[in-house]
Amino acid sequence: MATTDRLTRSVAAEPLVSPVTLLRIAIILAVLAIWEFLAHSGWLYRDVVPSLFAIGKALYDLLSHGDYYFNLGVTAAEIGTALLIGGLSGLAVGILLGANRFLSKAFEAYLYYLGPTPKIIFFPVMIMWFGVGPGSKIALGTLSCFFPVALSVAAGMRQIDKVLIRVGKSFRASTWQMIVKIYMPAMRHPIINGVRLGLGVALIGTLLAETKLSNKGIGFLIINAYSTFDMPRMYAMLIVLFVLAIGANALVGRLGGLENIKRT
Amino acid sequence: MTITAAGQPGPRFVPPALVGVAALLVVLLIMELLIQLNFISRFIVPPPSEIVASFGRVIVEEHVFSRFLLTLSECLTAGVMLTVFGIAGGVLMHRFKLLQQACETWVAAMAAAPLVLAYPLFMVIFGRNAWTIIMMGFFAALPPVILKTIEGMANTRKVLVNVGRSFNLTSTQQFWKIMFPAALPTIFVGVRLGLIFALINIVGVEFLINYGGLGQLINDLAERYDLAGTYAAICFVILVSVLFFMTLEKAERWLRPID
Repeated sequence: MATTDRLTRSVAAEPLVSPVTLLRIAIILAVLAIWEFLAHSGWLYRDVVPSLFAIGKALYDLLSHGDYYFNLGVTAAEIGTALLIGGLSGLAVGILLGANRFLSKAFEAYLYYLGPTPKIIFFPVMIMWFGVGPGSKIALGTLSCFFPVALSVAAGMRQIDKVLIRVGKSFRASTWQMIVKIYMPAMRHPIINGVRLGLGVALIGTLLAETKLSNKGIGFLIINAYSTFDMPRMYAMLIVLFVLAIGANALVGRLGGLENIKRT
Repeated sequence: MTITAAGQPGPRFVPPALVGVAALLVVLLIMELLIQLNFISRFIVPPPSEIVASFGRVIVEEHVFSRFLLTLSECLTAGVMLTVFGIAGGVLMHRFKLLQQACETWVAAMAAAPLVLAYPLFMVIFGRNAWTIIMMGFFAALPPVILKTIEGMANTRKVLVNVGRSFNLTSTQQFWKIMFPAALPTIFVGVRLGLIFALINIVGVEFLINYGGLGQLINDLAERYDLAGTYAAICFVILVSVLFFMTLEKAERWLRPID
């Protein structure tokens, strides 16, 4: 009986909403209130900070028109193609560099230092090579995506348990069998991590290229909203884009089971 | 035939770095031949010899040094801002656990969001000037500094904290004498990542809005259809970026001699 009492009391003592959630709600409400105040204060140029109602309406208009989904489809196709080409070539190069120490020492430094350079500067070259259509955007996305995947896979290859490799060799596995049966399953996490990083930079590369020169895609819609000074629409598009990007990043991580990896 | 450490066949006396450089030169030589023999149009890819020859012209006529200084100053301004605000934010979040629990996932989500795509918004807010570029670099690079500061503070060795307590240090003394110095190497990793992100975004936005230093140079040359100059400018930006990363790496190693 006494135990039941203690249990009831401890359950009753649990707050309905945790302090963390309360603080989060408070921060969100404070930001929204400040935003709305700024929108009506007249301190900033008109529409630089539009009212929340205007942004909400723009968001509704955006999501209820088929035109947005067409452009979203164009951008998604470009990013998907870039991820496929850049990911597969990055995987192949990563395996090659990870499996051969000599090649790694000869070429990996180039990838390591070229990886973090700003890829958008290659866009004029991509336009010359692949034209002003989706080809140049896909190429820029591919170039952006290639480096993180290759570097992540090469590092992953070197971390494979040597016992697994010896087991494969003792079974006289062919190179292809070694890749499919040993290397790939053992490198699931580095590959997914590389793809996650690659997806992020491919998305940025493709969309930035669209803002620079295109007539369709989400990047085009954003720069078009800027050109016509339709600020609520621009905010609405950026909100949707950030939600989609963060969601895609989390989804890739979850699919690869990255959240189960203990932090070291 | 010899066997390398990874169990792969490899030449015995050829240093790998030399092979890397040689392979790069061979590729450039093949490109030169293909372009000179008209297999590849020189109006799409200029011959490497032409690119090398245009380096001097681009450096002198396009005022590369002053452009480099402009980009560097933008990068350093963003760097100072993200160091101050990023470290302050991280320390604040570590100090108030509730705030950390509430906001850390938001900061991590911010790191995954393609913030650079908001550059048209920044242009509306700050105008088409250096502040748009600096603020873009600052916001895009802020999350790693905050996250690494929290990590560094949280991973301070318990024994160091206990030493501070045994000396009856005040919380301010505990922070400046124990926590901050112990977290400094990890914080610097965040600052290094932040500076790299800042440089990438600053050069990128300079290119996109056609304003400022090195990024604008590439855009200018491309719009003038000066192909050799464009390629030379791209090579120059890559060189500057690589030197920038190398310097930061050296600084990080100096701070973390044990690793």
